[in-house]
Amino acid sequence: MNTTIIGFAYLLSGVLFILALKGLSSPVSARKGNTYGMLGMTIAVATTLYGAGSGLELSSYTNIIIAVAIGGLFGSVLARKISMTALPQLVAAFHSLVGLAAVFVAIGAYKNPAAFFDGGIISTGSMIEMSLGLAIGAITFSGSVIAFAKLQGLVSGNPLVFKGQHLINLIIFLGILTLIYMTAVDPMSPSTEQYFWMIVGLSFFIGFLVVLPIGGADMPVVVSMLNSYSGWAACGIGFTLQNTALIITGALVGSSGAILSYIMCKGMNRSIVSVLLGGFGGDGDAAAAAAAGGPKGNVKQGSADDASFIMSNAQKVIIVPGYGMAVSQAQHALREMCDILKEKGVEVRYAIHPVAGRMPGHMNVLLAEANVPYDEVFELEEINHEFATADVAFVIGANDVTNPLAKTDPQSPIYGMPILDVEKAATTLFLKRSMASGYAGVDNDLFFRDKTMMLLGDAKKTTEEIVQALNLS
Amino acid sequence: MDFLSLFSIFVLSVFVGFYVVWGVTPALHSPLLAVTNAISSVIIVGGLIAAVASKGIIDLSSTMGLIAVLLASVNIFGGFMVAQRMLAMFKKKK
Repeated sequence: MNTTIIGFAYLLSGVLFILALKGLSSPVSARKGNTYGMLGMTIAVATTLYGAGSGLELSSYTNIIIAVAIGGLFGSVLARKISMTALPQLVAAFHSLVGLAAVFVAIGAYKNPAAFFDGGIISTGSMIEMSLGLAIGAITFSGSVIAFAKLQGLVSGNPLVFKGQHLINLIIFLGILTLIYMTAVDPMSPSTEQYFWMIVGLSFFIGFLVVLPIGGADMPVVVSMLNSYSGWAACGIGFTLQNTALIITGALVGSSGAILSYIMCKGMNRSIVSVLLGGFGGDGDAAAAAAAGGPKGNVKQGSADDASFIMSNAQKVIIVPGYGMAVSQAQHALREMCDILKEKGVEVRYAIHPVAGRMPGHMNVLLAEANVPYDEVFELEEINHEFATADVAFVIGANDVTNPLAKTDPQSPIYGMPILDVEKAATTLFLKRSMASGYAGVDNDLFFRDKTMMLLGDAKKTTEEIVQALNLS
Repeated sequence: MDFLSLFSIFVLSVFVGFYVVWGVTPALHSPLLAVTNAISSVIIVGGLIAAVASKGIIDLSSTMGLIAVLLASVNIFGGFMVAQRMLAMFKKKK
């Protein structure tokens, strides 16, 4: 009867995890969803300890409590202290931990089959599942470490490409599959162990190789993809342990990450294959240097006073934030500016491009942090038709996502990418550090149009100057 | 449980995940990443089994298990708390 209770409890925890994700359909229900998630986790842990129970040495519990306490404390402090602009790195770091945990569980199971498998015998099927979980976990770990390093600026965000890269990746990948097959031939034979460790090594290695060539601007896809991998790794281990909570959760997370990757790719009109092959989109420095000598038109530069004058006489202003806003932490100054405008009777809205920032939903979180009400923030499809009726489009730290070339120039690398139609607004204000092109290395001819005014400089500083000018007027 | 039953659960869960995640509002995609992170750390159960099985003796398997428990705990606490922190910031117009 024990197994029945345990089975039901794991099912319940799986259902609670589904409800946790379901809650995220609206900011109103999301916090309740989060509570369901925590409840589900508590049930899963309690059930496991109960199931493993009876006749245990107390010291094994002590060790577990110590491990949970250390990990929990560290995680809690991290979650409280982290600045919202550093969230993409944090998520990448968390993904790496899930991957590494999967690797350790697989090793633990392999080294102590009596605790994990009926009769202490690892069947061929279990071995395949375990090796898959092991390989995907290891790839998730090393891939996330590189993603973290790129997001944190520890290694260059520029794509790192070398000759024959894809061929090497393919060979390693096939090598891993072969090794998985070899472990499964005779799982209990001592000679199998070497293949097991080779899977670990090769998978770590290919994780590094796969993420290194991917540029900083493609990080939203990478982060989503690694999210997906961490789910599939959990699934593999779930099959090994025959644990329904783990299988359900792994499948949820796996499909969640896959959907996010798809949405991000669609937001750039790129295929997942082209992102994975890499070589596109660094931090913009190299691309900017390359584009610096190109033909230019006349650029109309403006001051904070000009911007303040134009916006206080507007009826409707649409704000378009991009990664530049995150870098300069301009969201608080921006919200202050919008508050003053609203007091002056100006209608203010925010337009978010799906790939703005370094992770899915990055801009929304930063705006929420600055106390921007979420019902003033709109997605691309919801708001794009409104630019035609807006007096001002205020573009802060975004570039490529507004470039009309995406619609008109089939030769352009960003052709076909959905863009925010800021060109349709009566006036477009661009807050940018410099005249450099965006990550795609494409000039934005909007900069040279009569309706456009450029405000060059640090986005936060410029916004603060506009706030001062608005207060004086 | 036999493989077919587990595989059925898996396939159906992928479908459930597919529909539930398409229902997530794009504004909450960052919290979604944090929550999925936290719940995928349910892999902690594997670590617990390995850690408990050695009955207090520290061997390779139980050490691996304990490390897995520690890593997953960072994620569970960190993931849920950072999600909570993000969600608390999403407010409606007053």
